[in-house]
Amino acid sequence: MSESMPVTLNINGRDYTIAVEARRTLADAIREDCGQTGTHIGCEHGICGACTVIVDGEPVRSCLMFAVQADGKKIRTVEGLADGDKLHPMQQAFMDNHGLQCGFCTPGFLMLAVGVLERERDISDEDLMDVLASNLCRCTGYQNIVKAVRAAAKEMRSG
Amino acid sequence: MTTKRKFVGRSVPRIEDRPLLTGQGRYAADISFPGQWHMRIVRSHGAHGIIRAIDAKAALALPGVHAVWTHNEVAHLPPIGFRLTGLVALEPYRQTILAQRYVRYVGEPVAAVFAADAYLVEDAAELVALDIEPLPVVLDAAERPGPFDAERSTEASIIEKSSGDIDAAFRAAHTVVELDLAIGRHSGVPLETRGAIARYDETKDVLEMHGAAKVPHWNRDRLALMLGREPGKVQLYEGHVGGGFGIRGELYPEDVLVCAAALAFKKPIKWIEDRREHLIAANHSRQQRHKVRAAIDAEGHILGIDNEFFHDNGAYMRTHAATVPDLAAAMLPGPYRVPAYRARGHIRLTNKTPCGTYRSPGRYETTFVRERLIDAIAAKTGIDAIEIRRRNLIDKSAMPYSLGFGTLGTDIIYDSGDYARLMERLLTAADWRAMRQETARRRANGETVGAGFAMFVEKSGLGPFDKVRIEVTAGGTIELITGVASIGQGVETVLAQICGETLGIDYTRVKVVHGQTDRIDRGMGAFASRVTVMCGEATRLAAVRLRDAILSAAAQLLQTPADRLDIIDGEAVRTGGPGPSISLAELAAAPGTLSAEAEFKSNHMVYPYGAHVAQLKLDRETGAAVIERYLVAYDVGRAVNPMLVEGQILGGVAQGLGGALLEEFAYAESGDPLSVTFADYLMPTAHEMPFVEILLSEDAPSPLNPYGFKGAGEGGITPVGAVIASAIDDALQCPGAVTQLPITPQRLKAILGNLARP
Repeated sequence: MSESMPVTLNINGRDYTIAVEARRTLADAIREDCGQTGTHIGCEHGICGACTVIVDGEPVRSCLMFAVQADGKKIRTVEGLADGDKLHPMQQAFMDNHGLQCGFCTPGFLMLAVGVLERERDISDEDLMDVLASNLCRCTGYQNIVKAVRAAAKEMRSG
Repeated sequence: MTTKRKFVGRSVPRIEDRPLLTGQGRYAADISFPGQWHMRIVRSHGAHGIIRAIDAKAALALPGVHAVWTHNEVAHLPPIGFRLTGLVALEPYRQTILAQRYVRYVGEPVAAVFAADAYLVEDAAELVALDIEPLPVVLDAAERPGPFDAERSTEASIIEKSSGDIDAAFRAAHTVVELDLAIGRHSGVPLETRGAIARYDETKDVLEMHGAAKVPHWNRDRLALMLGREPGKVQLYEGHVGGGFGIRGELYPEDVLVCAAALAFKKPIKWIEDRREHLIAANHSRQQRHKVRAAIDAEGHILGIDNEFFHDNGAYMRTHAATVPDLAAAMLPGPYRVPAYRARGHIRLTNKTPCGTYRSPGRYETTFVRERLIDAIAAKTGIDAIEIRRRNLIDKSAMPYSLGFGTLGTDIIYDSGDYARLMERLLTAADWRAMRQETARRRANGETVGAGFAMFVEKSGLGPFDKVRIEVTAGGTIELITGVASIGQGVETVLAQICGETLGIDYTRVKVVHGQTDRIDRGMGAFASRVTVMCGEATRLAAVRLRDAILSAAAQLLQTPADRLDIIDGEAVRTGGPGPSISLAELAAAPGTLSAEAEFKSNHMVYPYGAHVAQLKLDRETGAAVIERYLVAYDVGRAVNPMLVEGQILGGVAQGLGGALLEEFAYAESGDPLSVTFADYLMPTAHEMPFVEILLSEDAPSPLNPYGFKGAGEGGITPVGAVIASAIDDALQCPGAVTQLPITPQRLKAILGNLARP
């Protein structure tokens, strides 16, 4: 245990000023201290990617980052993807292509795919597969996730 | 005039998706209550031993730590009972809630720590010192049994099933084929770890447990019994569930602990498992060794199969009791005529994590065994393996076909099927002949490529009942309440499709309530691919009744005979022409409630069936297998939502490939688990997953329910180990090369090494 320190996390455009121990993971801070439980924790050792969020434009595993490291940074989570009632093209594509079943890994996949495609609109299919292979899903067998991401990539390029 | 809309058979989008896509899901870890305490389990670090001392002083000295429980605090609680296939002989092997004197696997709960904060409780748990005197470990279920305790051995019981005269079959045999095969230790490993949050509501004297899954009603009744409470004084609540696959939602010691602690401390108690815990504490499955023999005649017809197998159940018997070995013994014959059959399954305990079911329990294992056997028969007789299958498949004219024994309290009677037709359709879809020629040509050019084929019969729709209540709400929408559960497979959409079509309302206006024990008195939950079959028909029955009730209410208000009314898009209208109409919302506002209830009962399971084809390439340097083509043919009788059925198949194939090539709970000689992170327990990623071509078939609707449904949850995984083994044999041009799953790169390299030796 150690002393708590104040940090400000900017999540989906809103500042959350919280007090956390140095060891508190960003994932726990987002979920428990800021109440944004859409970010899920699947392994806490950086393999499954369920906790993926976008920090200053980069998809990161929020279980491998401490909250204090994200002080003042811009964090985007799944709660910030939709525009009001209108789903983000990536969310819509997951629904249209049955890219989710239990939905637990879904926020991580959405943030991973959105983060990568925003950075690299014209990513090659091979590189996209490499990226998607960095997260785990236990329900879908990935086929429909890949289909959904390809469909959304097309939509995001034209949009 | 609009016509009635059909929803059954259409790939409509899921009603579950929106909250899951927007971060509004409510999984176990998302549930919190003010003032809650966190629980952390102190687990055995030794695989087998006697507990000499547990020292919790340092943990209790930490500010914010409230209590540490050991067996003494829960000694009054009985072990968790058996939910399925409970043999009396297995009862002494049940696990106590916290270890009593002995520990028998690494990960066994020894103490529970309660503290104000999730980080603090982990700190405290690490300070609890366990003094365990080691005992010798038993790790191989096929070796001689060891002692379980002073009175009992590690052979807990033996499962036996037989039909026909097996000795006569072997006396009459032209040839006998014999194999010794092993299936590795895998499990479901859902992406959401387990979790349970208990809260005692003193004003109502009700104990609540949140984070329930799979079988909330059974767990509610069992918890009530264990805790000495009326069933109505314990309520379970299922939120979103991050995958099930058989292992999640069974009643575990941790569930009982949070409930007992919530009652004792009058505080909400929250427990969320971490991944390491999950991999050593949640049910394992699969591991078996089979010594199987087949008696065949000169043309390759099976005369008899005799199988002795050893089921490694880990350290204790949990809720599934003998279910997996029983299913293994029962389902081995598969789609073939086996005139004489004998299975003898040894249920053995070892010093590993205890076992339960994992998607396609008993069938993944025995489909590997049976299809290996078929391939071996082909090799021995020199007759093509497809031709051997053709000669032995049960003909559709023989349906319904009884195996002459039962499982899960039901007689095994295949209800319908045209196995030969599905096999031919898949061979055509795969262009099997061309695939064989092409792989042969590539092998001649030095590549190590091959093609494999495997067939299977699944089972689904386990009864004995399901119950559904449907109500028209004040706003005119429909609420469907049932005791099944959702583990992510699309239950809500499927039931809404059946309800919407039967009633005459858009399926998106049907709200499905499941897994809430305070909303309906009975329920069977979600397992054994039972929901669409059992609850689907209960839904149809209840919707027919509700439709009648709606029409007679409308008949009065519209002054039109009910038989001249219909419900279309949620409005009661006159059939065959214009006239007055009334919406469900208006009807709901009229006096009297509009609701209906129905149960569907069935004592027989229904049997989907299928076949898989795989083409793969081996890398002789790395030992890796790359799947080049993969095809699945599966007959589900009638698909409510083909998109969701295909989703089930795809997910099943991925898990099957994991079990065939990657996933394994390995143990050191000391009994220390070696697969404790996702870096050791390797699950397929998008890279390992081939594109899967699916031939969804509806050739053989079940005669046991009006729609003809059969369950779709498991056929994606069942024969994957078998078909991959078959393809690897072919690639190596060495029949019978694969005898063990998973075929990891190391094992493949070992096979290649053996082949290279003169």
